[in-house]
Amino acid sequence: MHPRCDFEATRRQVLQAGAASVVVTAAPVTANAQAGGASRGRVAAAAVAGTALTKVAFTVNGKREELELDTRTTLLDALREHLHFTGTKKGCDHGQCGACTVLVDGRRINACLSLAVMHEADTITTIEGLGQPDNLHAMQAAFVKHDGYQCGYCTPGQICSAIGVLNEIEAGVPSHVTADLIATPQLTPEELRERMSGNICRCGAYQNIVDAITEVAGKKA
Amino acid sequence: MKSFTYERAQSPREAAAAVERVQGAKFIAGGTNLLDLMKLEIETPVHLIDVNGLTLDKIEPTAEGGLRIGALVRNTDLAADARVRRDYGVLSRALLAGASGQLRNKATTAGNLLQRTRCPYFYDTNQPCNKRQPGSGCGALAGFSRQHAVIGASEACIATHPSDMAVAMRALDAVIETVRADGTVRRLPIADFYRARGNTPHLETALMPGELITAVVLPKPIGGVHVYRKVRDRASYAFALVSVGAIVQSDGSGRVALGGVAHKPWRMEVAERALPRGAKAVAEQLLAGAKPTHENEFKLPLVERTLQAVLMQARS
Repeated sequence: MHPRCDFEATRRQVLQAGAASVVVTAAPVTANAQAGGASRGRVAAAAVAGTALTKVAFTVNGKREELELDTRTTLLDALREHLHFTGTKKGCDHGQCGACTVLVDGRRINACLSLAVMHEADTITTIEGLGQPDNLHAMQAAFVKHDGYQCGYCTPGQICSAIGVLNEIEAGVPSHVTADLIATPQLTPEELRERMSGNICRCGAYQNIVDAITEVAGKKA
Repeated sequence: MKSFTYERAQSPREAAAAVERVQGAKFIAGGTNLLDLMKLEIETPVHLIDVNGLTLDKIEPTAEGGLRIGALVRNTDLAADARVRRDYGVLSRALLAGASGQLRNKATTAGNLLQRTRCPYFYDTNQPCNKRQPGSGCGALAGFSRQHAVIGASEACIATHPSDMAVAMRALDAVIETVRADGTVRRLPIADFYRARGNTPHLETALMPGELITAVVLPKPIGGVHVYRKVRDRASYAFALVSVGAIVQSDGSGRVALGGVAHKPWRMEVAERALPRGAKAVAEQLLAGAKPTHENEFKLPLVERTLQAVLMQARS
């Protein structure tokens, strides 16, 4: 196990403080959801005139969740606002930055460009489901070890995407930079950079992200 | 986003009937383009029919020796299919040149064909756009038009079709299969699928109201060397300034389709006869009558040079 050092603890506290301030300044809908925290998973959508509600049930991080949602609710907002899995981040909200990447039935997708009601019976894994501070997933540990982040906002999406990338390579999915379409895809830095291009890191931690993924891929092979 | 009601379709015919029954209804499959546009209220459907439960997600051989690709086959799965990689390499390459891994995992074959332009004036609801709001004008004509069409456009609209996949499909002479609420089935060659621009840029395809794409059929493989080359502002995850999809045979004959230059994948079979004479001869015919703006006239030499690079790669 990777021991936590004081520096990481400090960073964690800073991030938690940041998250708390977001909650304070968020819209009333968030505040209502917080008040109903005990009934997590059953938060009804606000009764706004003209709102269409639809029921949906799916599994998030191993637990079945049943929700009745405004049809407009994206998977991202269902995870964050209704189920409080706030590890998954909202960046651009238009599928351009990758911060909202989660795994659905093992495949990485942008949670912001998918309606929650379209995920009936799906199995969804967010960063919280991969591992927790006392039991990190190998990819989480590798990102910590290689300093694959600076501010950390894109990191949950980067990690979910990285796991999706390794699944895709293992399944033989080629990429834009794969020289031979018929051959087994290789785990080169060039391949990883191309395959991770849907995840933007404003801090520019790309080199360290490649190092982290390379280490996990090496252990897996 | 405007409010809408939602239902899950049980069969292709039922889905078509549902869209026909409710004015302002739309199909949703991958949703990666439609939801993006709904958030900006460029698309405002009042009812969504989720077609993801329909069993249109298989790639099957046809009696003619080709492949029938279900409308719901995801871009990743189509690009990775062993038969596509072996016999239709230009299609794999085009798909992999488009979007990001996450988007390709959701985006469908039919949805890719139907995606809307990424013209910034179409996306900015404060700007005039004949495609978004017919009759309002075109902001791109006198605006920033570096990415826009150089041929096939009109005074009403100079937007490009953004798809890479459609360029390969055009080179492969794909046929689009559809169904309507009354059970009528149509087979539309991709050459006839995208409408001429004219004064009605908001009407983009030959689909009738309520018509649902069920499959895209590839004819029997034609062999040759398959190349897809995309020139863009970033090395990855950007739309094409110019792209060339080509299938080149050992005798020097072949097929060429262009992306990033028109409102549809741009191919002229007659120009392909000039292939043995080289890229310049083909490009001159393909782009005869081009009307670039000052900002995108660079696309004309870029097409020729990209085609030259493609031909060199194919013959090496």
